[in-house]
Amino acid sequence: MDWLQNISWMALLKCFIAGGLICVIGQILIDKTKLTPARILVVFVTTGAILGGLGIYKYLVDFAGAGATVPLTGFGYNLAKGAIQAVQEHGIIGAFTGGVTASAGGIAAAVFFGYIASLISKPKMKKE
Amino acid sequence: MKPLDSKKDYQDYVNKKSPNSPILKNCFNAFWVGGLICSIGQIIMEVCKSRGLTQEISGTIVSIILIAISAFLTGLNIFNKIGKFAGAGSLVPITGFANSIVSPAMEYKSEGYVMGVGGKMFTVAGPVLVFGISTSIIVGLVYLIFNTQAITLI
Repeated sequence: MDWLQNISWMALLKCFIAGGLICVIGQILIDKTKLTPARILVVFVTTGAILGGLGIYKYLVDFAGAGATVPLTGFGYNLAKGAIQAVQEHGIIGAFTGGVTASAGGIAAAVFFGYIASLISKPKMKKE
Repeated sequence: MKPLDSKKDYQDYVNKKSPNSPILKNCFNAFWVGGLICSIGQIIMEVCKSRGLTQEISGTIVSIILIAISAFLTGLNIFNKIGKFAGAGSLVPITGFANSIVSPAMEYKSEGYVMGVGGKMFTVAGPVLVFGISTSIIVGLVYLIFNTQAITLI
């Protein structure tokens, strides 16, 4: 259990608060607007990518760690960050390769585990 | 039940019977469940980093683990119960992305394993990827143009 000593409780608290607040924004959008959950996911990813492109989201990631990267805004940030880094290295082709390269692990895992989980799932039992 | 004499009594009665706007409760539940999911991610990240992995690889591992857990919880019909309770708390983190892939795929399982499961997986995840990836390409192009302009100006 030596990793337990390495955990910074302050970082964990910041992560909890920032992650929680991002979710509260989503909850307010659900309750107060007519956005469906699917649209909220799209809005969060796009917002994260734009804020990442503007260089604003980086400060939130530095502050909150996983509290900023685990929400879907972090997925968008990761896409934008990857695109910018690849542009710096490879020029124009990087704009097309960078985003997906940076988030390839998450996308591939979502497709793979999503398919497996759907296969092993049992259809919902309607008791009522 | 005692009869309602005045208008005020009636108003009090209505207020007592009509459900309170649950937005505060929803926000509170979303806050702590969402914070908890992010904290689990943070702990996984710290463990990865203490084993000498880079920030990027650690972040990818966090995403993969959270996605795998929530995909299987959705398959077992557990995630929907968490989602009903937590609302955006489980929707906004990357767990919601995995849930959005598995739940339509489960529903259309009867249409076959290729077009049913394989096709409907992307009912919600498709738009997310379309807008996310397109935005990242635009961000990359804007950055490219902006930088080139900055260099030529100097």
